[in-house]
Amino acid sequence: MIAELVIFIILGIVAVSSAFAVILSKNPVYAVLFLVINFFALAMLYLVLSAQFVAFIQILVYAGAIMVLFLFVVMLLNLTGAIESLQDKLPAQRWLAPALGMVLLVEIAVVFLSGFFAQVPEASELPEGFGTSAPVGMLLFSRYVLPFEVTSAVLLIAMVGSIVLAKRRP
Amino acid sequence: MTIPVSAADWIVINTELILVGTAMIVLLLDAFNRRISDRISPWITLVGVVGGLVSLGFLWGQEYTGFAGMLVIDSFSVLVKMAILFGTGLAVLLSVDYLRREELAQGEYYGLLLLSTVGMLLLTSSANLIMIFLSLEMLSIALYVLTGYARMRPRSQEAGMKYFLLGSFSAAILVYGVALIYGALGTVDLAGVAEALTAPGILSNPVLLAGAGLVLVGLGFKVAAVPFQMWTPDVYEGAPSPVTAFMSVSTKAAAFAALTRVLVFAFSDLSGVWMAVIWAIAALTMIFGNLVAIAQNNIKRMLAYSSIAHAGYILVAVASANQLGIQSIPFYLIAYTFMNIGAWAVVTVITRKGEEGVGLSDYTGLFWRNPLLAVSMGLFMFSLAGIPPTAGFTAKIYLFMAAVNANLIGLLIVAVVTTIISAYFYLRVTVIMFMHRPSEVSAVHVPIAAYVAIIIAVVATLWLFLFPNSTQAFTEAVWRMGL
Amino acid sequence: MNKELLLTAGIHLLVAIVILGFILFVVMYMIWGLRRIMGFMQVRIGPNRLGWQGLLQTPADALKLLQKEDVIPKGADRWLFTIAPIIVFVPAYMVYVVMPFGDGLIAKDLNIGILYVSAITSIAVIGIVIAGWASNNKWSLLGAFRAAAQLVAYEVPMILALCVPVIFAGSLRMGGIIEAQEGGWFTNWFIFRGYGIPALAFLIYMAAGLAEVNHIPFDIMEAESELVAGFNVEYSGMKFALFFLEEFAAAFTICAIAVTLFFGGWHAPFPFLGENLTGIAKMAVSLFWFLAKTAVFVFVLMWIRATWPRVRVDQLMNFGWKVMIPMGLFILLAAGTVVTLGWVKL
Repeated sequence: MIAELVIFIILGIVAVSSAFAVILSKNPVYAVLFLVINFFALAMLYLVLSAQFVAFIQILVYAGAIMVLFLFVVMLLNLTGAIESLQDKLPAQRWLAPALGMVLLVEIAVVFLSGFFAQVPEASELPEGFGTSAPVGMLLFSRYVLPFEVTSAVLLIAMVGSIVLAKRRP
Repeated sequence: MTIPVSAADWIVINTELILVGTAMIVLLLDAFNRRISDRISPWITLVGVVGGLVSLGFLWGQEYTGFAGMLVIDSFSVLVKMAILFGTGLAVLLSVDYLRREELAQGEYYGLLLLSTVGMLLLTSSANLIMIFLSLEMLSIALYVLTGYARMRPRSQEAGMKYFLLGSFSAAILVYGVALIYGALGTVDLAGVAEALTAPGILSNPVLLAGAGLVLVGLGFKVAAVPFQMWTPDVYEGAPSPVTAFMSVSTKAAAFAALTRVLVFAFSDLSGVWMAVIWAIAALTMIFGNLVAIAQNNIKRMLAYSSIAHAGYILVAVASANQLGIQSIPFYLIAYTFMNIGAWAVVTVITRKGEEGVGLSDYTGLFWRNPLLAVSMGLFMFSLAGIPPTAGFTAKIYLFMAAVNANLIGLLIVAVVTTIISAYFYLRVTVIMFMHRPSEVSAVHVPIAAYVAIIIAVVATLWLFLFPNSTQAFTEAVWRMGL
Repeated sequence: MNKELLLTAGIHLLVAIVILGFILFVVMYMIWGLRRIMGFMQVRIGPNRLGWQGLLQTPADALKLLQKEDVIPKGADRWLFTIAPIIVFVPAYMVYVVMPFGDGLIAKDLNIGILYVSAITSIAVIGIVIAGWASNNKWSLLGAFRAAAQLVAYEVPMILALCVPVIFAGSLRMGGIIEAQEGGWFTNWFIFRGYGIPALAFLIYMAAGLAEVNHIPFDIMEAESELVAGFNVEYSGMKFALFFLEEFAAAFTICAIAVTLFFGGWHAPFPFLGENLTGIAKMAVSLFWFLAKTAVFVFVLMWIRATWPRVRVDQLMNFGWKVMIPMGLFILLAAGTVVTLGWVKL
């Protein structure tokens, strides 16, 4: 139990600090790489929760495929200069945004500290094979078959949409 | 292993299936033969929409629950779905000649329009927070693309980008809210949520409150309620006019259906908390939308602010959360669909290639240039302002009655005052059209399909005023539905 | 404190070291083999001086690389430049956790084995792209772009092809997939079953695999005739050695996975060549068959390398997106159909 807590805290620190690094990095390439680290930390958190299948799908899809495309685009556009010029359009929001964000953060912190931990239910025994592909697949194709199919439609829309917006027309 | 999909499941999604099938036909036809598809895809789309309406007719008065409680068919959802499909059908009629005029590709447009409609239909019957999120994404992603569809026009691009960025942000907020609700209650089923809320002491759970608040923000963004409205004017102005017509009515209808279902049915035990919030949002939305609309000289922006204001009126009905309020929501949505699409139809016709001619001055003396168009526009403006003899009047009456019944006097006063304010800018358009003579009288060319759309909208706007009873049976059934 | 915990940790560490040693050994002799085989095929000699038949040549080369100066070019992003080779090598090493060397000779038979393999191998791309970008060199940046485009394009058909044996075996576990091909005779291997669907999947897998490890004919990301050496042009010494190591370790992995999924893994082709054994003997024989089969594929890879020309970038992308992915989807559908309808004996 203690070991689990320690691992969780370490991963949590990695996840949060890399998320901060994503938005604080001046160089977009660094931002993307921190995002990769963030995704890894999340995947490891899933592993701690015994959700192996989700963990490795997370790595495969996000860290492996999507972030490579992100890197590709960021490097291709070479945004470093463009971002500098964008920064001071609305000077007030540079201070206002973090301030309001802090307000929200404090609010959420209060919310969590005030009563959440008291109500966390005891961890229950996991069923056999929890988090592996078979039970996940069973759930996806039985109870959650509709969300699953709707997701496919969403992906179709995204595909058609990106082609519509990007394709060169004669 | 067999996939357990029961007969009820198929019935619950049959409208959506018809439209998805139509979308596939349109998309594939476009892929295989662009020439034919350019000619017939709008008509295929219309056939699909009409088919969807027919299937809704069969569902009328029945109640089904499908997919383990994820989707619900009841009178409420059927009515709102009808509003959505009317919106889609009229938008298709507007698009036919618009796309030709702007030299935009046809096939994908109708495919995306249909898929977005499917997202809205799903959102309307969703009784599960996961499904609400997914269908919201489905309709939004298609709309992001449609907004930026005229990609050679920078305004359209800008609008698409803005809508996309803010929309994804709001979707993230919504998901976070869903996660918190799940953390607090251990369920994402709306029925399950309603049940869990009866447990003692749960109502003061801060995590639940935070989650509900975030969900409210996410849905508030979609209905364009203040303070989540800032994207509306830019997006409505930049998007192709038929798309704006479509999203201003159908998205609103779907999002309000979801909002009502979440707040009034799932979180009804929490109403002590959200009532005040909705009260404030509704008042702010009405005041902001109507006041800012006064200052607009661009008809598209004016209608955008008007659409924000109307979201505020519907929120009054949500806030009243009584029988009349719930009944008046579908009625208001249907009335709003016709009058607002009608107004946008006139705007679409008046604008010239490249979305030029959207200033109020372009409407100077419209009566002399095309009397029928001017009279229709005048009627739509009357209806939007809530002046008889139009559907807008009846809808507002219902709404105000609901507010009275719920004892929301303060909100009622705000609604009445802002309605009076709104008359100023709606009637200004009428004045410009009828009272000012144009410097030169050039006829306005109106394509047949757009004419049909406008006439349907005019007839419906009048019909709902003259025979509100024809829908009474519908709206009365609404209250009887369960979750 | 806790004796058992320490013991487990110790065993894990030992296994990790053994695997690392195995990789080093195999890669060194793959390189030697490659040079000799290519020499043979191109009618020249290849390294044959140091040690018997030149067997000590690659260890000597490795030692030389270790001593070389570690150059970091001016203008390079020092930090990323340094971690890139590590990001590239670590996944290639981590894959060996689930490598089924033999009956009972698998470090950890994860329940999601094959998913683990594809997830972990997909990370190496990030290292390659970083390496190309951090070098501050046009050639390496071009190589990085090509790498990103190519690897994303070929990962999809590869995973689609991997799904076929998974569907047939009904398991993602390496051990489970091998057990499904049990039965003594080589006709039980997936490649010879299921109306040729797995055979087609195997072809797609190998083609995509060649692209994944940037092997000829898909090595456009280092294409020495156009890009000098692509993403690793600025690297020297130990860092370069790591890239080299990864490339060969990954090539071995591709072959080993192909053997596992399609060619019966550690099973002997004939029942009388490896059955009825127990204990150490069984392990040894299964290890032998696994390595022997893998060696055949490694040889085929070298053969391809010695004889085939390199494809052009646009051909590569067209082939990936317009041929491989539709084919992958098709075989996935076919495999699902025959299994669901019960047309294959499983």
